[in-house]
Amino acid sequence: MADAHALGLTAVTAVEVADVVFFADDLPHDHLAELEAVLVDPLLQTGTWDVPTEGIETALLPGVTDPAATAIQLAMRTVGLPDVAVATGRLFDVRGDLTQVERQAIARRLLANQVIERWAPAPIEPHFIDAAATADRTVDHVTVTTLDDDALQALSRERGLSLDLAELHAIAAHYRGVGREPTDVELETLAQTWSEHCSHKTFRARITTPDGEQITPLLKQLRDCTDRIAAPFVKSAFVGNAGIVTYSPGTTLAVKAETHNHPSAIEPFGGSNTGVGGVIRDVMGAAHHPIAVTDILCFGPTDLPADRLPEGVLHPRLIESGVIAGVADYGNKIGLPNVAGAVLYDPGYIANPLVYAGCIGVADDVPELPGPQPGDLVVVIGGRTGRDGLRGATFSSATMDATTGDVAGASVQIGDPIVEKLVIDAMAECHGLYSAVTDCGAGGLSSAVGEMAEGVGADVDVTLAPLKYPGLRPWEIWLSEAQERMVFAVPPATWPQMQAVCAKHGVEAVSLGTFTGDGLLRVRAGDLTVLELDTHFLHDGRPQRSMTAVLPQPDRTEVPMPPCAMPAQMLLMLLAHPNISSKERVVRRYDHEIRGATVVRPLVGAHHDGHADGVVLAEPGDRHGIAVGIGVNPWFGLLDPERMAHSVIDEAIRNVVAVGADPDLVSLLDNFSWGDPRRETTLGELVMAVQGCCDAALEHAAPFVSGKDSLNNEYLGSDGQRHAVPPTLVITAMAHVPDADVVVTPDLKRAGNALVQVGDTRTEFGGSHYSMVRGVPGGVVPAPVANVHERYRRLHAALRTGRVAACHDLSEGGLAVALAEMAIGGRLGVEIDRVPHPDLVTGLYAESNGRFVCELAPDDLPWFAEAVGDVTVIGFVTEEPTFVAPGIELALEQLVEAFTGGAR
Amino acid sequence: MNRPQAVVLAAPGTNRDHDVSFALELAGATPRIVLLAELLADPTLLRGAQLLVAAGGFSYADALGAGRMWSLELSHGVGDELTAFVAAGKPVVGICNGFQVLTRTGLLPGSLGHNDSGHFQCEWVRLEAPASRCVWTTGLDDIECPVAHGEGRYVHPDLASLEAAGQVALRYAGHNPNGSQGDVAGVCDPTGVVLGLMPHPENHVLARQHPRRGRGATGGLGLPLFEQGVRHARGV
Repeated sequence: MADAHALGLTAVTAVEVADVVFFADDLPHDHLAELEAVLVDPLLQTGTWDVPTEGIETALLPGVTDPAATAIQLAMRTVGLPDVAVATGRLFDVRGDLTQVERQAIARRLLANQVIERWAPAPIEPHFIDAAATADRTVDHVTVTTLDDDALQALSRERGLSLDLAELHAIAAHYRGVGREPTDVELETLAQTWSEHCSHKTFRARITTPDGEQITPLLKQLRDCTDRIAAPFVKSAFVGNAGIVTYSPGTTLAVKAETHNHPSAIEPFGGSNTGVGGVIRDVMGAAHHPIAVTDILCFGPTDLPADRLPEGVLHPRLIESGVIAGVADYGNKIGLPNVAGAVLYDPGYIANPLVYAGCIGVADDVPELPGPQPGDLVVVIGGRTGRDGLRGATFSSATMDATTGDVAGASVQIGDPIVEKLVIDAMAECHGLYSAVTDCGAGGLSSAVGEMAEGVGADVDVTLAPLKYPGLRPWEIWLSEAQERMVFAVPPATWPQMQAVCAKHGVEAVSLGTFTGDGLLRVRAGDLTVLELDTHFLHDGRPQRSMTAVLPQPDRTEVPMPPCAMPAQMLLMLLAHPNISSKERVVRRYDHEIRGATVVRPLVGAHHDGHADGVVLAEPGDRHGIAVGIGVNPWFGLLDPERMAHSVIDEAIRNVVAVGADPDLVSLLDNFSWGDPRRETTLGELVMAVQGCCDAALEHAAPFVSGKDSLNNEYLGSDGQRHAVPPTLVITAMAHVPDADVVVTPDLKRAGNALVQVGDTRTEFGGSHYSMVRGVPGGVVPAPVANVHERYRRLHAALRTGRVAACHDLSEGGLAVALAEMAIGGRLGVEIDRVPHPDLVTGLYAESNGRFVCELAPDDLPWFAEAVGDVTVIGFVTEEPTFVAPGIELALEQLVEAFTGGAR
Repeated sequence: MNRPQAVVLAAPGTNRDHDVSFALELAGATPRIVLLAELLADPTLLRGAQLLVAAGGFSYADALGAGRMWSLELSHGVGDELTAFVAAGKPVVGICNGFQVLTRTGLLPGSLGHNDSGHFQCEWVRLEAPASRCVWTTGLDDIECPVAHGEGRYVHPDLASLEAAGQVALRYAGHNPNGSQGDVAGVCDPTGVVLGLMPHPENHVLARQHPRRGRGATGGLGLPLFEQGVRHARGV
C-alpha cells in the first residue's frame, strides 16, 4: 500500500493478498479435503475452492520456474494423491475509490512484475507446463560470410549479439575460411564468449590518448601490480573463478565478488537473488566450500517523486525492497552468513541500480586440480536447464532503454537456493573424484564447457541435459543460464562414485560427453552436429579492441570551506543522511549468525545498533580468523577517479585494520561498475581509477587476487538522454586476524577513557558528505597519505596488545560523524576539547585518508603515542549522555534519533 | 561417562545441522547428521539413537509454509518410529524450522505464523525458562542467543491451559522479536521430552560468540540446554 501511495495512487485504502493454486484437472471431493489439510494451516490461514470473480490475479509467465507448484506436486505424491499439473499465482483485492485505469496501473507497476508474471482481472487463465511438448532440434545456419557492414551490424542488433564491426568481420572471415555459414548455436556461443561480460574487451583493449600516449591494457596493469607485490600468501590470482590465498598453514581461502546490475534493474528480486547464487558458485567453481557472503547495493533516492521516474524504469523504492529481499532470500536459505556490505543512494543509480555480491570459501590446502584430461567425462550436476537467463551475458553488456524490461525478459534467472545448498553438500564429499570444475554462469554451458575445453576439446550432446520442460532448441539448452549448475571433468573410473554421492544428496548428475584432446569443441543434438569450433578461435580469435581515452584533469587545489553557522545541526543532518544513517533495517534481514563463526558482527555495541568498520570471522575453536572490509565512494569518483581508487583501497584496508587484522596480510578484490567506455572521457576515468588502484595496492603491498568489471551501466531514456552511473569502484579487503580473541570494535567502552585521533586532517572536502549536505560543489578529493602503511602496522601492533578499548576508521562525515557513531554504539557521551585542525569545519568534517579515532585508558596515552605516532589527544568519554565539541552540544538521544530515523 | 548417540535430522534445505552437531559434541553426545532420505529409506535408524534433533533451516524452501513438506515426509514415512522414540522417553528437540516441523506433525501444540514485521529477522534475544515439565529447560539460567527466522510467531488457541499444563518451556525476556503470543519462544509436549524453540542456542556455545564480549558481557550460554538434554538421554 505504501508503494502505491509512493506512486501517487493515494486512494488505495488497503490491499489484501491471497496465494492461489491452480490444478489442471478437477479433483474428487475426498481429495479436495486431503489437499486442503496439506495446504492450509487452520490456526493461521483459511482456504476456499471457489474461483474468484473479483480482484486482480497474477500468474507466472510460461517458462518461469514455479518452485511452489513443484512442492505441491511433491506433497500430493507424499500423501498419495494422483499426479496433476499444478501452477501457482496470487490474488489481490485492492480497496479504495479507484478508476479502472488506476487499478491497471497498480497491477502493472506494483502487483505483477511483467518480466516474469502476467496479470488479469480474476479469474486468470493459468499456464501449465506442457509435458507432452516434443524436443525441438531445429538448427538454423545464419548467413554472415556474404554480408556487408550494415547487414552485419543489423544482424548483431536483431539477435542481440552485442558484437562490434571488427568482431563481426573476424567471425565472417573465419567462416569464409571454414567454407560454410555458422549455425545459430555457433553464432550465439561466439557472442557469449566474446561478450564484455565474459571476455572483458575493455580491460584487455589497446588504449591510446588523443596525444598518442600508449596505455598498458588495464587488466595487465592490475595483474602486473599483483606480480610485483609477489605476496607469498597468494595461491592463485586472476585465473579461474575466484582468487585463492592462504593465511594459515593447511587452509586456503577463495574470495570473489560479482555484479548483477542489469538483471536487478528489471527484476530486482530475481536479479539480486541469482547474483548471490552466482558468486557462491564462483567459489564452488574454485573447489572451495562457501562460508560467508557480502553485498554492496546502490540505489536511486527512495523518495524520488513518481513524475521524475524515467520511462520504463522501476521506482527506486521497489528496486530497493526487491533487491534486499532477493539477497536475504538466497543467503538465508542456503545457510551462509551475510557479513559485510554497504547501501548507497544517489540519483545516478535511478535507472541503473548496482548490486555487488561477494563470497568467501575455505578448503584444505591441497595440490591444484590437474584440469580436464582427454577421456574425462563432461558432467553437469545441480539444477535443470530451462529458458531462463538466455543471452544474459550479451544483455548485461548492452545499454538499457525503455523497452529493456520487455525484450530482456528471458534474461532474468530464477534462483533456487536449496538446490545450490544440496550441490555444496554433495561437493563436500566429492574431493578427489574430479580433475576440473567450473560453475555455469553467464553463457551457461557454452561458457562453462567452452572454457574447460580450451586447448583440450570436448564432444557433448545437449539433448542429454535434464530439462525443466521439453521443447527447447539446441542453442537454448547450450546458452541457457538456468541457475545452480556446476560442470565437472570426471575420470570414468571415479564417475560411479560421484554419481552415488550426488544421488545420496538428491542432486541430479549427468554426463553430456567427453573431453577429447583434439582441441575441437563439438556440440551435438543427438547425432546432429550443431556446433564445431576450434577452441583457439573461440578464445583467442576475438580482435583486440582499440580504444581512445581522454584522461580527466581534476582540480587538486585545496579550497577552504566557509565557516559553518550551526555545526550541531550539521552533525544531525549528516547522521540522518541516507548514506550514513543506520542500515539496521537492512542488516537484520540477513542471517549473520549461522555457522557460529561471526566474531565481530556488522552491528555492534551496547544496543547492537552501531556499525562495525569490518567484520571478523573465526571458525569456532580456531584462534586465527579473517576480517572483511569494504571501500566504495562514487562521489570521490565523480571528481577525481584516481584519488577515488586510492581512497577506497585505503578505506577498505582501514576497515580491516581497525578490527584487528594484519595490514601485511591483506588481499583485495576490485569491482568496477562504470558507464559506456566507448565514450572517451568515461574510459579516461576508468584508466585513472586503475592507475590509483595500482599505486595504492603497491603502497600497501596488498595484491588484487580477483576482480570484475561491469561496464555500460547506462540507460538511454526515451528523452534521448543517457543516464550513466557515477564511477563506482567497490574494493573488498580480506585480511588475516592473528587472534580472534583480540578484536576491536568502534563502540565506546568506558567513561573517563581518553579519545585520540590517529593521522592528520587536511582541507579535503571534494565528494565529502559535508559538501553534499551544504550543497557546495567541487573541492579536492582526499590525497594519498605518505607512509600510511607503516602507520597501520604500528596501530595493528598496538591493537594486538588488547589495551585499545575502541577503534573507528574515519570516512564519510569525517571526525564528527565517527565520534557520534562511537557514542551511539557505546551509549556513552563524548567531550571533545581539541579539534586536530586550526579550522573547525575541516577538523570536524573533512574526509582525509589514513585516520582513526581510538579510545584508551588515560594511563596508556604515552605508550600509545609513542607506539603509533601521528596521535592527537582530542577529548574523553563521559558518563553524561551528551556530545560536546567546540560549537556543538547535543544529547546522545538526538544523535540516536537522527542516526536511526527514530526507527527504534 | 557414556556419550549418547544423537541423530541430527537434515531435510533438503536444513542448514544449521552442523551448528547443532557442534553444540551436541560439546554437550557430551556423539552426533550424527542423518539425511531425511536416509531415514525414510531405513526408519529403524532411530532405534540406535538416544536423542533426536530436527535442525533449523529452510526445508524444501518452506514452499508450502515453514516445515510443512518435511512434516508430511516424517508423518507418512517414519510416523511410527517417531512415536515409539518419544514413547520411550528419549529427548527430542526441534529448533527453528525443526520446531515448525514438530508442530505440524502434531508432536508439539500450536503453530508458527509470519513475524509481526512480515519478514525474516536476525537479532539476539534473551530467553528465560519458566517452571515447566520440559526436561531440556527446567532450571536453566537465562540464555542469550540469536533468532533467525521469518515465521516464528507462536500461536495457540488456549495458551492458558498450555501454561497450566507446564508446557511453556521458554519465553522471550524483554524484547519479543516476532509477536509470539505470551512471549512464548519454546514449548514442550505433555511428557516434557519433546522441545520446540525458535531461537538458536546452538549459536552461543562459546564465550567468544557473545556479541557484547568486547563490552565485558559473559554468561547466557546456550550450551546448558543441550547438556541437560544429553543428561536426560543418558538416563533412558
